[in-house]
Amino acid sequence: MKTPVRVKTLTIDGQEVGAREDQTILEVARENGIEIPTLCWLAGLSPVGACRLCLVEVRGVARLLPACVTRVEEGMEVTAHSERLAAYRRSILELLFAERNHVCSVCVSNGHCDLQAIAMKLDMTHVHFPYQYPRLPVDASHERFVIDHNRCILCTRCVRVCDEIEGAHTWDVIARGVECRVITDLNQPWGSSESCTGCGKCVQVCPTGALSEKGRSVAEMSKRRQFLPYLTLMREGRR
Amino acid sequence: MSGKIRLATVWLDGCSGCHMSVLDTDERLIELAQKMTVVWGPYVDHKEFPPDVDVTLVEGAVSSQEDLHKIRMVRERTRTLVSLGDCAVTGNVPAMRNPFGVDAVLQRAYLENATLDAQIPRETIPMLEARVRPVHEVVQVDVYVPGCPPSAELIYSVLSALVEGKEASPRARFG
Ligand code: SF4
Ligand code: FES
Repeated sequence: MKTPVRVKTLTIDGQEVGAREDQTILEVARENGIEIPTLCWLAGLSPVGACRLCLVEVRGVARLLPACVTRVEEGMEVTAHSERLAAYRRSILELLFAERNHVCSVCVSNGHCDLQAIAMKLDMTHVHFPYQYPRLPVDASHERFVIDHNRCILCTRCVRVCDEIEGAHTWDVIARGVECRVITDLNQPWGSSESCTGCGKCVQVCPTGALSEKGRSVAEMSKRRQFLPYLTLMREGRR
Repeated sequence: MSGKIRLATVWLDGCSGCHMSVLDTDERLIELAQKMTVVWGPYVDHKEFPPDVDVTLVEGAVSSQEDLHKIRMVRERTRTLVSLGDCAVTGNVPAMRNPFGVDAVLQRAYLENATLDAQIPRETIPMLEARVRPVHEVVQVDVYVPGCPPSAELIYSVLSALVEGKEASPRARFG
């Protein structure tokens, strides 16, 4: 006999909701039609809480908590939308834009980019922080794909899809702070990677124009992500 | 003339695409013209930026000493300053030189790519600033209109609010 699933009740933005005890605030919110913005989270990949866009307020907890990695608790009172949260979320987006060189007008992903779309959705009118303009490399050594570090927001979706779904673990993360970057194999040109299978899953899950297919010009790189929930579903229970 | 606002437009480091996009409002310009007078900018032939301007649309980023001088003067004489388009709002394409530095850019443009009498000009053209900056990093901006260029619809919605003295809060994506 299966162990019975425990149910927790909580409120999100004043709305009473029921949840399984193993669910996150984000999952429950989405199930109940409450929109919480996310960037690093992607259905089918394990959540990591990297971007902090999904921060919510929980009554009695002084700091803000990322909804994508916070489990529900009985009696929790969650606020997913407030002026304070809106301001923080905008600041997070502005910091992402200021940190690297996101030039939407000439980007391969213009019009198909999660960062660009969320900036508009959350009413980010401009960037209050001084732009950093770092000098970053573009690695086009792979036969079919390109990584442009100017557009990377370090969400690690590529790292997770490569590890968890493809099982190759070609991608990883090196260094910290402003020096932080995603790398292939032992920090070597992508084209020389021995573990890369060339499946292109990283390209498809990348939220921005950081990863793209070769031969795509401005605004031509739209991503196909349908495969991901499907693959995860098919593999469930087989681990 | 009752209730006509005084509008100016400024062209800093941009491609003139935003100015073109204003013209793309087509016949709606006739309607707007009942409520505004264009007192300065590339559309009209006035030498001096006048005082007492109600609304100034700024296209382009701040790239040269001339841009810097101009935008400061414009800000002083304008009530509502509008950053029009991605170059004004984000720095956009002109700011792509920033990671390389101004020397590298001049070197490339005037020496490496020149075939005859290569030299970096130092007179008669405005000196480049070390860094290209979006307008709001230099002066206070009141309205931000994103887009490369902003669509005619967006510009029309902003202008038709501003000529009525209403607030404009345009919503569109960058790029
Ligand atoms: S390359 Fe794309 S998917 Fe990978 S961390 Fe950067 S933005 Fe995320
Ligand atoms: S979506 Fe939760 S931290 Fe990124």
